[in-house]
Amino acid sequence: MNDDVTNFADVEILLAEDNRQDAEMTIRALKKCSILNKLFWAKDGVEALDFIRCTGPYASRDPLQVPKLILLDLKMPRLDGLDVLRALKSDDKTRNIPIVAMTSSNQERDVTESYRLGVNGYVTKPVQFASFMEAVANIGMYWLFVNEAPA
Amino acid sequence: VRGSEADGVGVLLAESDDAGAESTIAALRNGNFGTKLFRVNDGREALDFVNCSGAFAGRDRNDFPRLILLGLMLPGLNGLDVLRALKGDARTHAVPVVVMVADSERHHVTACYELGANGYVTKPPLHYDLQNAIASIGTFWLLLNRVPA
Repeated sequence: MNDDVTNFADVEILLAEDNRQDAEMTIRALKKCSILNKLFWAKDGVEALDFIRCTGPYASRDPLQVPKLILLDLKMPRLDGLDVLRALKSDDKTRNIPIVAMTSSNQERDVTESYRLGVNGYVTKPVQFASFMEAVANIGMYWLFVNEAPA
Repeated sequence: VRGSEADGVGVLLAESDDAGAESTIAALRNGNFGTKLFRVNDGREALDFVNCSGAFAGRDRNDFPRLILLGLMLPGLNGLDVLRALKGDARTHAVPVVVMVADSERHHVTACYELGANGYVTKPPLHYDLQNAIASIGTFWLLLNRVPA
């Protein structure tokens, strides 16, 4: 993962998550759906936007390679999840990419605002380890194998 | 008009094809999601259900389904029209809509996302695969996904 900085052709999930422990658990859970090598981990909102827009360190990425899902943490440094969501959903080039907010926030206003900005789904991170792993595996199964992403 | 049958519905299925609707309903029941299902046959009925108008004027206006499974080939008002109406209205914009089409249908994936579909699923033709797909749809949209209160 993240070791080949020039070729991201296989990326099917972009994980935008600043919390290392949550990111590592997410990656472990997705291993079960054998999609580990198709995940890219962006550590904050700026990196997530650069990845999708093929700018900055990702200028060499092919903009036609679009992930099937962006798993977006809402509380991130530099640029937070709602700003990333707003930026991607208000841009014609990126607005159709499915985004699921995954957050520890339990605040109703984050749910409401996420939907207002056009989020496709919203999942509260389960606190229990086993529930967290199961939730991530189920999210991966649905968005990678059942749901059809835009061409 | 149909009274309590239309109250507290978790999944609204908008599907004109009887056999297609029955296979989806059977698979959802098998998944044991503990949610009430309601099926409508056309697009006008789907909008009336969500907007509590027409035949559903008696429904509670704050009682939204957790998920709408929307077919595209609906008589009268088609699926794309329904999607456009629901997603263009601030009151109903947040209700998750997953477009579900038959394997044989012409696909409108991009058009659906443009209009704000939350997801898009092609129904697998085989029973076993359909069961798994519906189980996954139910797990994500009914158990994991959170909607505004």
